[in-house]
Order: sequence, then structure tokens, then C-alpha cells
Amino acid sequence: MFSTSFTWNDFLFLLEGAWVTLQLTTWAILLGTVAGLLFGLMRALLPRASLPLAWVLDVFRSVPLLIQFVLFNSLKSIVGLNISAFTVGCIVLGVYAAAYFTEIVRSGVLAVPFTTRRASRSLGLSYLQDLRYIVLPIAMRVAFPGWLNLVLSVMKDTALVMWIGIVELLRASQIVVTRIQEPMLVLCIAGLIYYVMSLVVARLGARLEKRWQEND
Amino acid sequence: MIEIDNVHKSFGDLEVVKGVSLTVNKGEVVSIIGGSGSGKSTLLMCINGLEPIQKGHIRVDGIEVHDRATNLNHLRQKIGIVFQQWNAFPHLTVLENVMLAPRKVLGKSKAEAEALAVQQLTHVGLGDKLKAFPGKLSGGQQQRMAIARALAMSPDYMLFDEATSALDPQLVGEVLDTMRMLAEDGMTMVLVTHEIRFARDVSDRVAFFRNGLVHEIGSPDQVIGNPVHAETAAFLKSVK
Repeated sequence: MFSTSFTWNDFLFLLEGAWVTLQLTTWAILLGTVAGLLFGLMRALLPRASLPLAWVLDVFRSVPLLIQFVLFNSLKSIVGLNISAFTVGCIVLGVYAAAYFTEIVRSGVLAVPFTTRRASRSLGLSYLQDLRYIVLPIAMRVAFPGWLNLVLSVMKDTALVMWIGIVELLRASQIVVTRIQEPMLVLCIAGLIYYVMSLVVARLGARLEKRWQEND
Repeated sequence: MIEIDNVHKSFGDLEVVKGVSLTVNKGEVVSIIGGSGSGKSTLLMCINGLEPIQKGHIRVDGIEVHDRATNLNHLRQKIGIVFQQWNAFPHLTVLENVMLAPRKVLGKSKAEAEALAVQQLTHVGLGDKLKAFPGKLSGGQQQRMAIARALAMSPDYMLFDEATSALDPQLVGEVLDTMRMLAEDGMTMVLVTHEIRFARDVSDRVAFFRNGLVHEIGSPDQVIGNPVHAETAAFLKSVK
């Protein structure tokens, strides 16, 4: 039956979109965190050798995400890669997140005072032990707020994947708007869903941070 | 025994240690005094290989510190060092700060390392701060923790790099007392210090550094009480 008002089914449809948004965010952040951690360590510890890496990552930080989505999606078709649009979305967002996270990790590692590292080496800790037990834990506390920011920002950037044909939260709300012609209402609801998802992430993060701050 | 033989050390074009020779015997306490920039702290960093040298030799128990074949991680286990900025590990509790190296470097079990750490921390008067984080301690307490952290490795030598210079005056005493206790226990120590009276009290020998060289060395009573060189006398007058 055709209805021109906002129904329960529309709400469920938006939640389905929100679920796609969450999945995209999770995969992108997972990829971005692992790669960014690796790249960030390389940038901080081997700044000269990893200079070419910095140039490549600069491209991903500088080109609008929308262009990256469209270009990579076209490349997929040209090369004949047999992957879904969802996978394309995860990869592009993941690389984008990695490019940002690299710098966050780098600044975290560089924030560990040279004298603190010297003290741990003076106790006989090896280079790797110093990294594992001193540098990384301290850097993590420094980098965490930046990482949390990135998670929230990526969650909202997932909206851009609708341009390569994925129905996530924003695209889902547009579909509903097209039918019921109530953009204000629908966008308010979609916005509220984004807000709730972000709030949960931010609160969890704040709790973790607070626990660390009580210690330091 | 620490043998320092004609050591030269430069930072870029700036030569800060210009041919220092000095021997520290087992059980001896040697204080190094001198103005800032005289190369005394730098020399200390060279003794356990934290800084490379350009010329000369440093041998600890006969082992060449700056030989490529020397395992510095291994050598550093027997040379404890305490820095001016106590350099606590801020993310670990006082107990964990002290336990870390015995566990990870010496491979002790958690229980063993903990017993050792508790013993050392009690020794320096921090037995009631085990679970505290360094950020909650005063500078003097953090510095005593740093001493316990170095002692937990059962070092044969202890180096102190102006261990009290960054402390508020009222906290200096507690750290000096801890160092005095160590000296009385027979620890071999090299102290870079500005605490002239303390140096006179605890040292077997005092070396006055000037312009990257040992300018005068001898018994504390001689170097501090009755210096031969005019520069030594001038320095002592300036710090009193």
C-alpha cells in the first residue's frame, strides 16, 4: 500500500541504512587503524626512509573523498576487479583513514620524550622492548583523542558512498524523502540516528580516557 | 672498574669532552664537579654507551663500551643511571616502573620481580606508594623511585647525573640521604653534582672539570678544601 507519511517501515529502512553505515565505519576504521599504526611508526622512527610513503599518503589526505570514491570505482570497472561497491567503499575509506591516522600515530610517538626513552634504554631494555613497553603505551594515550575524532569523522564521511550506489543511512533517508516529500522530518530523524551512534562512540572513548587520566 | 682513557666527544662541530682520562675503582665514590658545559654530564652518558664517543676508550670491567661487538643492553644491566629529570614512566605505577626491567630484561617471574621491587622501594622510603602513579608523587619521591628502579637491576655501578638539580630545595635532602645510604653500602658511584658539601662528605675522590678536561682531581679535602688551581678555587667560590 502506498503511504505518503512516515511509517514504521520507513524507520526500519533508515535503521537498515544505519547498519550499513556502522559496518562501513567499522571496516574502514579497522583497516585505517592497522595500516595507520604501521605507517605512523615508520614515519616516526624512520623519517627519511619512509618519505615516499608520506608523499603517497598526502595524496589521499588532499584529494576530496568523493573524487577518490568515484575514481576508484571507475578503476575497478576498467581493470575488471570483481569486488562489490561495499568493498570499494571500505577500501577507499580505510585508506583515507589510514592517511590521517598515520599522522596521529606519528605525533603520538614523537610526543614521548627522548629522555624517557633514554631512561628505559639505560635499564637494559632493547630498542624493541622500549617501543613495546614505553613508547607505544605513552603514544597511545596521546594519539587516542585524535583517533576518536577520526572515527567520528569517518562515520559521517561514509555518507559519500551513496555516490557509488550503496544505500547507507543518508541514501536511505533520501529514498524516503523522495516518496513522502518531508525532507525536514526525515533528515531530522537521520541526523538523530547519526548523533546517537556518534554519542555512543564518544562516550565510550571519554570513559577510557578518563580512566587513563586518573592514572597519569 | 671503570677506565676512561683519553675520551673525546663532540656534538657536531662542538667538542665537549676533550681527552678525559679517569679511573673509578670498585667501591669508590667519585664526584665530578664543574661549571655547566664543562662536559661532565656528557661523559657520564658515554660511560654506559648512551652517547657515542669520537676517540679514546671506556672500559667497564674490561669490556669496551664503544666496541661494536659489545652488547650494550647487556652491559647496561650492571650500570645504573639516575638522571636530572627523573624520567618516570608515566603510564606505569611506581611498583611497575621498578618491576619492568627485572621482568623484561632479566627475565624474572612476576612474583620475583615484585618482591625485588617492593624491597628496593621500601629501602628508598616509598613502601607506601607502590600503587601510586608517578604523576602523583613529588619530585623527590619520583627521583627516589628512579634510584630504586636502577637498583632493582642489581647494578655494580651507579651513575648520578645532577640527580638533585631539578628538585625544589626542600626535597634535595631526601634524595641525598638515599645516595649517601648507597655510598655507605659500598656501591661504586660516579656523581655529577653541584652539591659541593655532599660531594665532600661522601666522595673518595673529587674531579673538577673545566672546558672538557679534568682540571684537578684528588681527595675531597684537597680539591674542595685546598684547591691547587685558581680556576678550581674560583668555581668553588661561585657555587658557595
